[in-house]
Amino acid sequence: MRKFDKDRLLLGLAGPALALVVAFLLTSVVLLLSDRNPFEPYRIMVENAEFTDVQVLILNQTGTYYLAALAVAIGFRMNLFNIGVDGQYRLAAMLAAVVGASVELPGPLHVLLIVFVAMFVGAFWAGIAGILKTTRGVSEVVSTIMLNAIATSLIAWMILPANLGVQAEGSNDLTTGEIAESGWIPGLDVDGGTIYGFTFVAFALGIVYWFVLNRTRFGFDLRATGASDSAAQASGVDAKKMVLTAMLISGAVAGLTGLPLLLGQTHTYSFSFPAGIGFTGITIALLGRNSPIGIFFAALLVAFLDKASASLDQYGYEKEIATIMQGLIVISVVVSYELVRQYGLRRQQQKVGEELAAQAKKKEAVSS
Amino acid sequence: MRRITRIATVGVASAALALSATACGGKSSSSGGDDQDPKAAIAYDIGGRGDQSFNDAAYAGLAKAEKDLGVEGTEAEPSEGEGDPDKVQRLTELARAGNNPVIGVGFAYAPAIAEVAPKFPKTTFGLIDDTSKTGKNIANLVFNEEQGSYLAGVAAAKVTKTNTVGFIGGVETPLIKKFEAGYVQGVKDTNKNVNVKVQYLTQPPDFGGFSKPDLGKAAAEGQLDAGADVIYAAAGLAGSGSIEAAAKAKKWAIGVDSDQYNQKGLAAYKEYILTSVTKDVADSVYNLIKSVKDGKPQSGEVRYGLDKGGVGLATSNPAYTKLTDVTAAVEKAKADIIAGKIKVKTAP
Repeated sequence: MRKFDKDRLLLGLAGPALALVVAFLLTSVVLLLSDRNPFEPYRIMVENAEFTDVQVLILNQTGTYYLAALAVAIGFRMNLFNIGVDGQYRLAAMLAAVVGASVELPGPLHVLLIVFVAMFVGAFWAGIAGILKTTRGVSEVVSTIMLNAIATSLIAWMILPANLGVQAEGSNDLTTGEIAESGWIPGLDVDGGTIYGFTFVAFALGIVYWFVLNRTRFGFDLRATGASDSAAQASGVDAKKMVLTAMLISGAVAGLTGLPLLLGQTHTYSFSFPAGIGFTGITIALLGRNSPIGIFFAALLVAFLDKASASLDQYGYEKEIATIMQGLIVISVVVSYELVRQYGLRRQQQKVGEELAAQAKKKEAVSS
Repeated sequence: MRRITRIATVGVASAALALSATACGGKSSSSGGDDQDPKAAIAYDIGGRGDQSFNDAAYAGLAKAEKDLGVEGTEAEPSEGEGDPDKVQRLTELARAGNNPVIGVGFAYAPAIAEVAPKFPKTTFGLIDDTSKTGKNIANLVFNEEQGSYLAGVAAAKVTKTNTVGFIGGVETPLIKKFEAGYVQGVKDTNKNVNVKVQYLTQPPDFGGFSKPDLGKAAAEGQLDAGADVIYAAAGLAGSGSIEAAAKAKKWAIGVDSDQYNQKGLAAYKEYILTSVTKDVADSVYNLIKSVKDGKPQSGEVRYGLDKGGVGLATSNPAYTKLTDVTAAVEKAKADIIAGKIKVKTAP
């Protein structure tokens, strides 16, 4: 039994490792085809990542990506494809910023209120897709994509100065007003910058995710429904309720995605608030195979690619190299996981076959 | 037992990473130094270089400074979907590398410049399109876009035969609304029977409306179908799509920011580019670099309006200068704005 576990671990690691190697090789091919040095950009990127300020940037980005990927992973575990993380976190960050800027409360309460609003809005937005799926059978893929677009328009409307937004004198940006200092989360000041306090909350949530999914009845029901909802239903799990619950939790976690930045740096939601993190989260959840540790390293890798590549153009390389690499990683991940799975399956069959053959031989020897 | 080890692994992994961030080497990307050659840097807005418009205008200013003043120029492009920390990092890197001035092209750089500028008191930071963040070493380069757009409105109202003209805004932001406000007022003041069709390509945070020509093309085709025969697009790179659509329909297009008649990327359609609302970003960038080199760096609000030629209407298309009644009306409006007889609104 122990031997089997080790095998599984090795196979589990082989998937992402194979994908990464293939992705790096393919990127080098792309570089070669465009008459570039195929390895120099990697060297520059690694060198960049040695700077402490870039490291802080990477770590903070990892926290943000981690939350987005967790939100996606919760859905994946249920066989739900929540593409709407992007709209959920933007809407949540915006409304949380509005509420945060409009009140002044003693420190912890202020922060808690902002966090609660963000989770509530994220859950609400994802819940719409959940209700559509459970009552009308609308595919969550379609509804969440559409909700992303609706969120964009809704935010654009709400942020107008006539509604909830604020336009500072002389500025061409629209914001939601500044959150008072009691609503900020202090960060960890290190050489090279500040690690947002919420980054640590993000990683702590990974532990909660692991515990709930693997060590509670609810987590079991969730995974069972994800594996086969008819089987789960037969064993007494209300599949529809599980779909809605999973969607709500996924949305609530998605709502947290914008908070490291909101509470740690910008203290306001503006036009320059980053968009598109939800989609990166899908990549990361895939690469990390929905496991909290896997997602952590996948988030770290993607954050590294993002931040270390930012200054590539100053060395004469296009920073889109990192984007190409991310795309290639996604493709190779899908292919290599399937390859490794099939290899594992074949190996297992072979082993079982060998054991059976050995047993049969033994029996023969005994009987003769 | 297994449970504990796995929890521990997660904890250790994140702690180790946090530590590595704090302890590793203590190096900071500051290794650059004070060089002898004057160096200047610009950090681009969404779309980056090659947008045939706003960012290219900034680049033209840097290129001119490289040629005339012998400064060494550096450019940095943003990544899609980035946030303030990335901009802070970019400006910090550029300032540390000894660039002076460091210019943020576009209002999105305002919070980042406000954060970085105090850390480099000897470096001048240029901030285009924003006066909300000020400082002793910050030069706010701003333009009266509404005035130039007003003139475009006058010209459009004069040349339209269908009494329908179009306005295409890239992304619905207060800045682009200034263009719309001036244009619509110019049209209505000239001929109040002319109908203005207004359309924005995207809403923030989707800034694709500044960078996707296909969006500009589709919007322009829609307005042409609805009878518009002059289309003014204030949409960065996306505007080249609407110029293409207008030219293919043999209708007038009005360019923006740079004099788009002279742009190589648009040479195929140039005879249909009636004029362009120029916003002399190039000059503002050049002037700032020159002021730093001369030891008298600009600081505070530096405003470019019609009076100083900071905004205006391009006259490089001979087909436009031939329309003397149009140019006369434009000149008159220009004089009236400078004299203060016409007040142009900054919001629709």
